[in-house]
Amino acid sequence: MKEQLEAIQTEALERIAETNEMKELQAIRVTYLGKKGSLTGVLRGMGKLSKEERPVIGEIANRVRESITDAIDRKNETLAQQALEKQLEKEAIDVTLPGRPVQLGGPHLLTTIVEEIEDLFIGMGFEVREGPEVETDYYNFEALNLPKDHPARDMQDSFYITNELLLRTHTSPVQARTMREYEGSKPVKMICPGKVYRRDTDDATHSHQFTQIEGLYVDKDVRMSDLKGILDVFAKKMFGYDREIRLRPSFFPFTEPSVEMDISCKVCNGEGCSVCKGTGWIEILGAGMVHPKVLEMAGYDANVYTGFAFGMGPDRIAMLKYGVDDIRQFYTNDRRFLTQYHNA
Amino acid sequence: MLVSLNWLKNYVDIGTITPDQLAEKITKSGIEVEGIEYVAETSKSVVVGYVKECEKHPNADKLNLCQVDVGDEVLQIICGAPNISQGQKVAVAKPGAVLPGNFKIKKVKLRGIESNGMICSLQELGIQEKYVPKDIADGIFVFPDNATVGEDVTSLLNLDDAVLELGLTPNRSDCLSYLGVAYEVAAILDKPIQLPKEKVTASDEDAHDFISVNVANQKLNPYYGAFVIKNVQVKPSPLWMRNYLIAAGIRPINNVVDITNYVLLEYGQPLHAFDYDRLQSKEIVVRCAEANETIVTLDDQERKLSHEHLVITNGQEPVAIAGVMGGANTEVNEHTTTILLEAAYFNPSTVRKAVKDTGLRSESSTRFEKGVDPNRVNRAGVRACQLFEQYANGTVLSNAVVFDELDRTEKEVTINTLEINKRLGTMITTEEIGQILTKLRFQYEQIDDEFKVKIPTRRGDITIFEDMLEEVARIYGYDNLPYTLPNGASQAGALTERQQLKRQVKNYMQGAGLMETITYSLTRQDYVTKLISPEINNRNPVPVPLAMPMSEDHKYLRLSLLPELLHTVAYNRARNQTNIAYYELGSIFISTENKLTKQPDEQLRLSGVLSGQWIEHEWQQEKKAVDFFVVKGIIEGIFKFLEIPITFEQTKLTDMHPGRCATVLIDNQAVGFIGQIHPKLEKKLDLNETYVFDINLETVLEVFKNVPNYNQIPKHPSTTRDIAFVLNKTTLAGDVKKVIEETGAPLVKDIQIFDVYLGEHLPEDKKSIAYRLLYQDAERTLTDDEVEESYQSIITAVNEKFNAYVRS
Ligand SMILES: [Zn+2]
Repeated sequence: MKEQLEAIQTEALERIAETNEMKELQAIRVTYLGKKGSLTGVLRGMGKLSKEERPVIGEIANRVRESITDAIDRKNETLAQQALEKQLEKEAIDVTLPGRPVQLGGPHLLTTIVEEIEDLFIGMGFEVREGPEVETDYYNFEALNLPKDHPARDMQDSFYITNELLLRTHTSPVQARTMREYEGSKPVKMICPGKVYRRDTDDATHSHQFTQIEGLYVDKDVRMSDLKGILDVFAKKMFGYDREIRLRPSFFPFTEPSVEMDISCKVCNGEGCSVCKGTGWIEILGAGMVHPKVLEMAGYDANVYTGFAFGMGPDRIAMLKYGVDDIRQFYTNDRRFLTQYHNA
Repeated sequence: MLVSLNWLKNYVDIGTITPDQLAEKITKSGIEVEGIEYVAETSKSVVVGYVKECEKHPNADKLNLCQVDVGDEVLQIICGAPNISQGQKVAVAKPGAVLPGNFKIKKVKLRGIESNGMICSLQELGIQEKYVPKDIADGIFVFPDNATVGEDVTSLLNLDDAVLELGLTPNRSDCLSYLGVAYEVAAILDKPIQLPKEKVTASDEDAHDFISVNVANQKLNPYYGAFVIKNVQVKPSPLWMRNYLIAAGIRPINNVVDITNYVLLEYGQPLHAFDYDRLQSKEIVVRCAEANETIVTLDDQERKLSHEHLVITNGQEPVAIAGVMGGANTEVNEHTTTILLEAAYFNPSTVRKAVKDTGLRSESSTRFEKGVDPNRVNRAGVRACQLFEQYANGTVLSNAVVFDELDRTEKEVTINTLEINKRLGTMITTEEIGQILTKLRFQYEQIDDEFKVKIPTRRGDITIFEDMLEEVARIYGYDNLPYTLPNGASQAGALTERQQLKRQVKNYMQGAGLMETITYSLTRQDYVTKLISPEINNRNPVPVPLAMPMSEDHKYLRLSLLPELLHTVAYNRARNQTNIAYYELGSIFISTENKLTKQPDEQLRLSGVLSGQWIEHEWQQEKKAVDFFVVKGIIEGIFKFLEIPITFEQTKLTDMHPGRCATVLIDNQAVGFIGQIHPKLEKKLDLNETYVFDINLETVLEVFKNVPNYNQIPKHPSTTRDIAFVLNKTTLAGDVKKVIEETGAPLVKDIQIFDVYLGEHLPEDKKSIAYRLLYQDAERTLTDDEVEESYQSIITAVNEKFNAYVRS
């Protein structure tokens, strides 16, 4: 009987090893282990055995059953694995084919710059204020110490609609309006971004419509060194911590003293190159201490309050920062231009 | 202002500083040096030569054969200049010389005869054509007789002079003169200054016997000085003066003109020389012009005058527009022998007005417009007389005739150390402030740390404390200011709710796949009335034009963002960029006035244009062109994002596709529209099928509530039911949905359309729309019976209302 069992085992294991079909494996299981299977048949004859033989043969029979079961299970797993692999191989795709495109939108480059500057000044406690693009002559000029026959009005030839209304030439009127709103009674700490308009013929460096951000800080005891400090923080955050700033005296009717701020040229590190016209410096913004007349006109006592103001052009900053060589690109909206700056 | 350093050195010793270093210092202390140019590129081996012989070239009519002594040798040179002659001293480029443009001079043979060098014109030596005196524009340059043969011409002709181009801000008109620049440079370099000493020889004759001066309006002309110079010989001015004028960007003419120009630049005081004999009267009357009076100016143009213009007359007729230009009838010419020289102060605004009306802007008018130094008017006149005496053989008559009501007082500004430091954030000492004032050559009285500063009249820009603060700061050096941060109470900075929302709207649009654009606010006449949103149109807006537009393209304030956006689509299409999905956030300008008396209503709009393919993924057979529902989905999405309920209403608008356009409503109020551009307009603008949206963002920002309501997440299960109705083709899906909504409330929580069918299985005039209804209750699980009852009532209601039936 022992020989019989071992013969079954040998035969079964051989068949299991040979088969490559799940179905056949199932048949093998039935053939040997099923109710009518050969192993079962042999075991049925156990009753005829002696008391001594029974446990010995029983143990052998169990071992044979286990080994067959085990072999079938292992084979089953192997075949299943092979089947899966075959299936997955069939599912293989050409990964080099293009994916389904995602429609990418994005901000305009000027918005990116404006929001970056807004966030930077918000971080320093400034509020963002907006105002009308069609302004009165009073707020655009007179409230900023530019009376009607002031020669500096030539500097910014304007788009008038009537004698008293014009497209604003800078966002400074928003400062004047804000100061007026605060009635000379509390500090002002604001920036005002927006569109502005001047009578310039559109070319690579001029646009009759452009963007401006101005800032104003009015409080008791504001010093010119504070202006220098704030501008330095701004310049370093905006253009890089390795940039230096330089202030030069300048002239604006609404500030006194007035300054122009340059940053050291990134291209040549101050050595002088074509970008900075050999000077090592690039002009970024105009600024100054608020003219006492401007404070007085807005209802602030110039003996108590002092302040500084600054103004810059995001168009120019964007051109410098991203190497854009023609300001008209910002307004013609060529798709090939706009999509370059999805993630600017 | 062009500043020749060689000329400047006459007044201030700039030492060994290089032009670049000086430019940097000037720039940092207040006047931007915009460029450094040299009078000419360098030449090598060009010397003064003496033309010993000059005869015709035997083989060429237009050439001359010259023997030229250049000091160490005599060179045979062939010269084609028409003005060459024996006895001249000329500029000779010897063989081996290098002229500007790297032009190398070699020995050559011209028509068979050897030529050993070249006799040069000023142009050939690198001087710009526009500065070369007209009489030698086509010929060679001839030196005065006293030039030394063999001497290098470079310094003789001032060719190596560095010229600084100053970019002057309007307040620094004091630097429109060499003396002004000298004061500035002297202050920066802390050097002494050397002023010219004006002096003339006394004459027996008195100018009063020749001329009288009568000023009718002393406010417009507070000073008029008339000098009379007799026996004048009109000829070229001395070489040094011509050199300086060329360096300063002025073409030499003759000694009379050159001297007035020279003094104009030196003192910043414009002067005018009349030919006394051609004046044909013995009086000067300064008055306002009469209406329709005319004058023929130096440029031979007849100018129409008005009573707003100040004129100089000979008692009869105008001979000059004050401060702007002289008349042709009294112009100095080569026959002039007696000069009437005007040195005057004209009111800046009257000159500005005349310049504006005539368009004549000159070196003179520019200075009058900014206001000249009252203390230099007379001195400049005397200085010119001195030069007429020296370089025009003139006899200056004694006692110039002067009308003088000019205020020459010096203003006083008080400053003190404490206030200066408080404003600047510095720790400048009283002693340093004193030194700065001395450098600036401002007189002052000092008591302890207080300075009473007398402001020289040349610095008309300084009137208040802050002006002096700037003077002290800039000479102290802006580089030396410390970096500080304000001491004031800190406050939290933040965007307002409205500003945050604007950013969120932009982010949504970008997330939806649209690119942000910025177009021009000024638009064309044929654009301004197009595609105005219905709720704006209902207000009967009047397009607002500029008073003086620069072009037809940018003439009107826009009433819609769409026309310019469509313009960009056409622009892109012309460049093969046909898939466009753009949006813009910008203002429109609404006014109902025919003549604007107040600011227009500025309204923020959210607008967009879409054209071409929306999805383009062809190898997986996925491709979708932009259509109405793409745009509608974007708009539904933004309002869903903002949690503002909206409805759409089919509408017909001019320039929009009559069947593909809808008004967008919040609470039954129109806030914009969406749809397809009318195919006729598409064709006109060169567009493919193009869709637009235009929404009043102001209303949206008002309606928006920042904190969304909390909605309980449903605890009880929902069930869905589908119904397909067969409807008349003209019945609107939205209307049916409304009836379902009303009838199904409150159990029906959501209605989706999942199928729309038109075709062979239905009659011609019918369509089928399938709705999926979501039934749910917050408190309990609904029973089948409840749902069935509601479902049947909906079917009944839709049947009754739309004559519809359920499709099986
Ligand atoms: Zn550089």
